[in-house]
Amino acid sequence: MAPSFDKGSAGGPPAEPGPQVPVAPGAGPVPIKAIPVPHYGRWIAAVAVIAVLALIGIAFSNADINYGVIPDYLFSDAILEGVKNTVVITVLSMVLGLVLGVMFAVMRLSENPVTSTVAWLYIWFFRGTPVLVQLLLWYNLALIFPTFDIGFYSEPMTELMTPFLAALLGLGINEGAYMAEIVRAGIQSVDEGQTEASQALGMSGSLTMRRIVLPQAMRVIIPPTGNEFINMLKTSSLASVITYEEVMRKSQDIYSRNLATMELLFVASIWYLFLTSVFSVGQYYLERHYAKGSQRELPPTVFRKIRATVFSVRRPAVQR
Amino acid sequence: MTSAQPVVLAEGVHKSFGLNEVLRGIDLQVLPREVFCLIGPSGSGKSTFLRCINHLEKINAGRLWVDGELVGYRQKGDRLYELKDSEVALKRRDIGMVFQRFNLFPHMTALGNVMEAPVQVKKQTKAVARERALRLLDRVGLADKVDSYPAQLSGGQQQRVAIARALAMEPKLMLFDEPTSALDPELVGEVLDVMRGLAEDGMTMIVVTHEMGFAREVGDALVFMDGGVVVESGHPREVLTNPRHERTRAFLSKVL
Repeated sequence: MAPSFDKGSAGGPPAEPGPQVPVAPGAGPVPIKAIPVPHYGRWIAAVAVIAVLALIGIAFSNADINYGVIPDYLFSDAILEGVKNTVVITVLSMVLGLVLGVMFAVMRLSENPVTSTVAWLYIWFFRGTPVLVQLLLWYNLALIFPTFDIGFYSEPMTELMTPFLAALLGLGINEGAYMAEIVRAGIQSVDEGQTEASQALGMSGSLTMRRIVLPQAMRVIIPPTGNEFINMLKTSSLASVITYEEVMRKSQDIYSRNLATMELLFVASIWYLFLTSVFSVGQYYLERHYAKGSQRELPPTVFRKIRATVFSVRRPAVQR
Repeated sequence: MTSAQPVVLAEGVHKSFGLNEVLRGIDLQVLPREVFCLIGPSGSGKSTFLRCINHLEKINAGRLWVDGELVGYRQKGDRLYELKDSEVALKRRDIGMVFQRFNLFPHMTALGNVMEAPVQVKKQTKAVARERALRLLDRVGLADKVDSYPAQLSGGQQQRVAIARALAMEPKLMLFDEPTSALDPELVGEVLDVMRGLAEDGMTMIVVTHEMGFAREVGDALVFMDGGVVVESGHPREVLTNPRHERTRAFLSKVL
């Protein structure tokens, strides 16, 4: 390791190269002056990219698009309502997916053959069928079970299985299957020595999982979960098929009336881009939080990172 | 036989991993307040034996007692019943263990590591556990590092936190699994000093080690293991300076 080497080699007292030691003027290290490697490729690439962008820009400005419609609808009540519903269904489905994911991941890793088989079947089914099919299955459940009846409570299935509930179950339970695999990978990434140390201290299996293993697994779990979240934001548009009124459905409603199809698809795209960008920033801070203890220093906040990038664009002063 | 009941008593302990027989009949006893050193080449089974004592490994044959109670089983008549996980966990509270690779909880500070088991397992209040943890960290010379995370500590400091963490459960017996093998040579001393202090306080310790100097100075008993059996045992000074067995002599000539 470094410290022992340093101590060994720094035997003599004047080894400290600090500036406080006065040296004869001009005897310092001579900075290297060299002509940098020319990066012609960068210039060529930049010109090519600008040309392509310009062509795309010209194409779109000549296209048959009524751009004026976009700002009209971007903040319309119907669209904003749709955005709200998109966020609601995404967050709730993700929460359901996370809970199910942790549960089934633990079951999958359990020594109990019954629970691990059940978890395997769950993942096999819900990961193996398209989420669109699952949404339709939930939504049409009334076709095979006209009434929901669990003894003390019964209700017609058509009343119970609203588009919201069908979307939540369809998206959340499907997500749970993916999350189970992500959580399982996270749990298995934690060093076995951690479990042994906990056991040696007399901690039970569940306590070890809750206090020691899962918090460390979070570091591995969060990046793909953020990915899943962003995926869910977009996948939630499939719920439009079962008449859940999220932003996609709202856009479709509007363009089926005013026929501004592309314009409203742009509106929806702008909102999806905005939402995914906002959640990406949130994910960064979450990852930063769980990096605690794994790194000596926390990574910089987004703000500091941007500032550092901006400042580093300025070239260091060339020494003459 | 001595009058005191042995803290650990092993009779014909066997352990195999698949077809690989790692322990082939270990007989030994560890007395209260004794520093019991286990030495031997790697693969001789000394670490495995240590892990059997707190039931991190299940033995295949023989009997192993800690404090007069069977490890991992309950005997009724001539029948053995496996203990439940919770019962095993209860017994492990009294046995501290220190690992070669420290195994500190990286997401907790030094203080958090030491407080974890007393709070979560023994249900001590945070204030009580905290005060005790601070005292223990002070005792291992880390009073100024209580808020550091393991990644911010040197290997020797991490291992001293690990010792404090084990001591926080007030164990009757401490197991050390090559506690200094993962350390830079210059950091070994600080860990051995803490262990020496523990020995002086009368802690019963079983130490798997390659530090012959420590074994000679601090050890009360020493066992040389090879190929899953005890080759030679006796007082450390006796065995280390005057090995009777050829195999022991060959080993010591390489490590001393």
